[in-house]
Amino acid sequence: MTTKLFGEPVRRREDARLVTGRGRYLDDIGAQALAAAFVRSPYAHARITDVDVEPALDVEGLVAIYTYEDLTGPMAEPLPVLIPHPQLHAPRTGYPLANGEVNHVGEPVVMVVATDRYLAEDAAERIVVTYEELPVVVGVDAARAAEHAVHAEIPDNVAARHHQETGDVEEALAGAARTLSFTQYVERSACMPLEGKGVHARWDPADSSLRVYSSTQASTSVRAAIAAKLELSLERVEVIAPDVGGGFGVKIVHPWPEELLVPMAAIALGHEVKWTEDRREHFIGSAHERQQRQEITVGFDDDGRIAALDVHAWHDNGAYTPYGIIVPIVTATQLVGPYVIPVYRVVVESVYTNTVIVTPYRGAGRPQGCFAMERTMDRIADALGLDRAEVRRRNLIRPDQFPYDHHLTFQDGRPVVYDSGDYPGLLSRLTSLVGWEAMEDRRAEAASRGKLLGAGMAMYVEGTGPGPYEGGHVQVLGSGKVLVSTGLTSQGQGHETVFAQIVASELGVPMEDVEVTTGDTRRFPYAVGTFASRAAVMSGNAIALAARGVREKALRIAAEVLEASPDDLEIADGVVGVRGTPGASIPLRTIAVLSNPLRYAFDEAAKQATQFARPGADDQPPVAVGDAPGLEHRDYFSPIRSTFASGAHAAVVEIDPATWEIDVVTYAVVHDCGNVVNPMIVEGQVHGGVAQGVAGALYERMAYDADGQLQNASFMDFLMPFASEVPDIDIDHQSTPSPLNPLGIKGAGEAGVIPGSAAIASAIEDATGRRISAMPISPTELYDVMRSPSAERTAAAGRRTEVGG
Amino acid sequence: MTPIDTERSITVTVNGVPRGARVPVRRLLSDALRHDLGLTGTHVGCEHGVCGACTVLVDGTPVRSCLVLAVQVDGAAVTTVEGLARADDDGGQVLHPVQEAFRECHALQCGFCTPGFLVTIAAGLEARNLSTEITEEEVDELVGGNLCRCTGYANIKKAVRHAADTMRRNGAELPLGNSAPLHEQGPR
Repeated sequence: MTTKLFGEPVRRREDARLVTGRGRYLDDIGAQALAAAFVRSPYAHARITDVDVEPALDVEGLVAIYTYEDLTGPMAEPLPVLIPHPQLHAPRTGYPLANGEVNHVGEPVVMVVATDRYLAEDAAERIVVTYEELPVVVGVDAARAAEHAVHAEIPDNVAARHHQETGDVEEALAGAARTLSFTQYVERSACMPLEGKGVHARWDPADSSLRVYSSTQASTSVRAAIAAKLELSLERVEVIAPDVGGGFGVKIVHPWPEELLVPMAAIALGHEVKWTEDRREHFIGSAHERQQRQEITVGFDDDGRIAALDVHAWHDNGAYTPYGIIVPIVTATQLVGPYVIPVYRVVVESVYTNTVIVTPYRGAGRPQGCFAMERTMDRIADALGLDRAEVRRRNLIRPDQFPYDHHLTFQDGRPVVYDSGDYPGLLSRLTSLVGWEAMEDRRAEAASRGKLLGAGMAMYVEGTGPGPYEGGHVQVLGSGKVLVSTGLTSQGQGHETVFAQIVASELGVPMEDVEVTTGDTRRFPYAVGTFASRAAVMSGNAIALAARGVREKALRIAAEVLEASPDDLEIADGVVGVRGTPGASIPLRTIAVLSNPLRYAFDEAAKQATQFARPGADDQPPVAVGDAPGLEHRDYFSPIRSTFASGAHAAVVEIDPATWEIDVVTYAVVHDCGNVVNPMIVEGQVHGGVAQGVAGALYERMAYDADGQLQNASFMDFLMPFASEVPDIDIDHQSTPSPLNPLGIKGAGEAGVIPGSAAIASAIEDATGRRISAMPISPTELYDVMRSPSAERTAAAGRRTEVGG
Repeated sequence: MTPIDTERSITVTVNGVPRGARVPVRRLLSDALRHDLGLTGTHVGCEHGVCGACTVLVDGTPVRSCLVLAVQVDGAAVTTVEGLARADDDGGQVLHPVQEAFRECHALQCGFCTPGFLVTIAAGLEARNLSTEITEEEVDELVGGNLCRCTGYANIKKAVRHAADTMRRNGAELPLGNSAPLHEQGPR
C-alpha cells in the first residue's frame, strides 16, 4: 500500500452533509408523494370477521384503500420464508395485509393512501374492522405450556427444534466430577433505530420502470422481492437505500409488507407513494429480539475445567418465522465462546407467541449465548471457590490451537472453525485494564460510603463476515475521480469513509478523489446486505480486490506508454511513475482516457492523453481479446467461512442498598477485530454496542401484558438510555489479523453489545451475593430478589460475610 | 364530509429569512418545516417529544418541533440545523463550532439524531459564559435531553467539550448570535 490511509483515524466524509442538514433520509424524499397509512390489528390474536371501509370513503383527500381482497397473484400468497432450514419444520409467515386472522398487535390489516399523511390517518381511523378474539400466547413459558396455539395447526407452538451435539453428553456428564444445573431468562428488547422504516415508490409508465427507496439494510434483495411479488422484470426495478437512520438488524428483514404494498399502490395509482413509519408503528410492527429461557447443565472437574455442557433453550420467535432460525442457530453455535468444550449438546426450540416477529437485533442471539456460557463460568467459579478470571483462563482455547474446530455448523452452513485469536491475551489485558486484582480494595472503599460494589466479566467470540459474497466496482474517470460502488448498504457505519480509505491505499490515489456509493442497485446489483458485522470484511475486501484489478490494468497501460516494466512502476498521489526515474510518469486520469480507444476530445483530459497515445498494430483489434475499454474492475470476495472476532468486557457496579439503584461505575472493553481500517470508527462502534449492552442489562424490555398488548410502546415508557445511563468506557485493543481475507479484517459492528448482560449480571451478583438469573434487572426487581427469603445466596457471599443486604 | 381542517397563513423568520406558508391549524411545526418549507434537516424520531431529534430554536430557545403547532410560531424566528453554519465572504460556508466538533470527534454515526443535538448544544454553548472552561455537569446537561442510538454518547460529550474550548479561544464571536443567512432556503 503506497498511501498510508488504511489504519488511520480519518474523519468521516459522510459528516459534511449530515451535520448541515443535507442528509437525505427516506422521509426527505418525494415531497409530492401520496401518503400511505395503515390500519393495524389492536388484538394479539383474532379472526377478522368484517372490514367496513364505508365510513372512510368521504374523507377529504382519500385516494385509495386496500385490504387483503385487493391483493392478487403472488401478493395474495404468504410472505416468503427467507432462510429455510431442515430443522424449521413448521415455518409460518404472514400476508402483506392480514388474510382473515391476525397473530400480533400491529399486524397490518388495511392500507390507506391519501394526499397527505394527516388525511390518510383520518381515513384509517374511520375504517371499522370487526374482530373475533382468540386465546393469546405471550412469552416462552406460555408457548411451551401450549395451553393455546398461535397457529391452530401447530398445537405445540414449536416452529423449529434446532439441535447440535459434538459427542455423548450424557456419558460425559455422568463421568464428570461435578455437575451444576440451572435455569435462566433473557427478556425482549429491540433495535430501535432513531429513524423507523420507510418506503417511497415511483412508477414510470412511459418505460414501465419502478424506482423504490427503502430504509433497508438489503436493497438488492428488496429489489428481487418486489420484482417477484409484483411480477415485474428485475431490470425494470431499481431499489436504493438512501441515508438510513440506523438499522441494528431490524431493516435486514425483507420484504417488509410495506416494501411491497407501497410500490403496488404507486403502480396502481400512477403516482408516487410514500410511507414513513411512526414510532408507535415501529414498536408494535417492527421486529424485536432476545427472549429466551435457558436450562443448562455443566459437568466439570475440581479445577473448574469443563467436561461437558448441555443446553436446552426456548426461543420466542414471535408470530411468524420470515427470517428462519438464524437467531437460534447463532445462540447455539456462538454460545461456546472462547472455551474448549469437550462435549456439547444444544437444543434450541423456537416457539410461536402472539407478539411481533423476532429477527436479528445487533448481536443476533449472541448476547443470549454469551449469557449462558459466561454465567456458567461464574457458577463453576462460585461452586469451587475460585476466581472467576482463573476459571475462564483454565478453559480458554490456547493461541497454538488455531484453527480451532468446534465441530458445529454455523449460520452460513459452514463449520464453526475459529481462524485466529489470542483469548488468554484478551483476558490478561482485561484484568489489568479494569484492575481486577484490586477489586477488594474498591469494594471496601465503596462499603465505607454505604455502597455495595461488585465486578463481573464476560468473554465472547463472534463469527463475523459470513458469505456468500459481496462485490466491489472501482472505476477511474478521465477527470481523475475514482468511483467506487458496492451493493451492501450503510446505516451509519461510515462505509463511505472506510471504503475510500481502502481504495486510496490500494490504488495510491488521494482520498478526496474517491467517491463511494453503497446500497444502490443501479450501481451494483449483486449484494447480500449489511448484517453480521460483515461490511468491512466482505465489501472491504471485494473493493480492495477491485482496486487491485484497476491497479494492475493501470500499470500494464502505463508500462507500454512509459516503456518500462510494470514491476518498476509505482502509484502515488494518483500518478504512475517509474521507480527511481523522476519525470517518467503519467497520471492515472490520463491512463483512464488511454484505456478507451474511443476518445472524443470533449475535455482537457482527452486532449492531454493524445500525447501518450500510440497507434495500435494494424493486425490487432483496437480492444485486445480479453481486454475491455475503460480503467475499471469489478471483483467479488467470497470467503470459505466466517472469520471470528473476539473480546472481553468487565463491569464494575455500585448498588445503593437503600434504593437498589444499580450504577455501572467502570466498564472496560478489550477488543480484537484483526486489522483495523479506521480505529476512530471501530471505537465508535464499540461505544454504541456497549450502550445497547448496558441498556439490555438494566433498562430495556418489551413489556407485553397477558393479552399481548405492548404496554411500553413509546420512548416515554421504553427506557432507551440517555447519556446519563451510559457509563464511560475504557477500551484496549488487541489485533490478531484474519488469515481468511486479503486485508486481515474481522467484523466489529456488533461486538460491543454481546457481553453486556452477562458481565453486569455477574457484577450485581458479586455485589449482592444473590444469584441473578434473569436479565434485564431493574432496581425494583433487585429489591424483590434481596428481600425474598428463597433467593439463592452465592457461595462467594457465604465466604464473604460482610457482603449482603 | 366537510374538511376537518381550517387553514391559517403564517409568517415565520426561518434561519434569518422571512417565510410565508398556508398551513392547516393542526400541522406540527416539524411537518411544516420539513414538508411545507422543504427544510428536511430537522428529523422526526418519535413524535411525542422524548427523543429530541426534531429540536429547533424558536426565538433562540430549543423546542421540540413535534410538540408545537406551526400556527404557534407565527411571527417568531426559527433556527434549524440548516441555519447553524454561516456564509463566508467567498460564498462558502463556515460551520458552527459545534458542527466542526461533531465531525472532529466522530460524534455521529447514522446522523438522524444529530440535528437535534447540534441545535440544542449550539444554543446552550452560546448562552453560557464563554470565558470559563466547561464543566462535566454542563456537558451532561447539554446532551442529557436527546436520544442517540448509535454513539453511546461518549463522543457527543467529547464534541461538546471540544466546541466549548473552540468558542472560548475564539472569544466573543457568537456564530448564532449574529448569524447571516447562509442562503435562501427554498422548498426543494
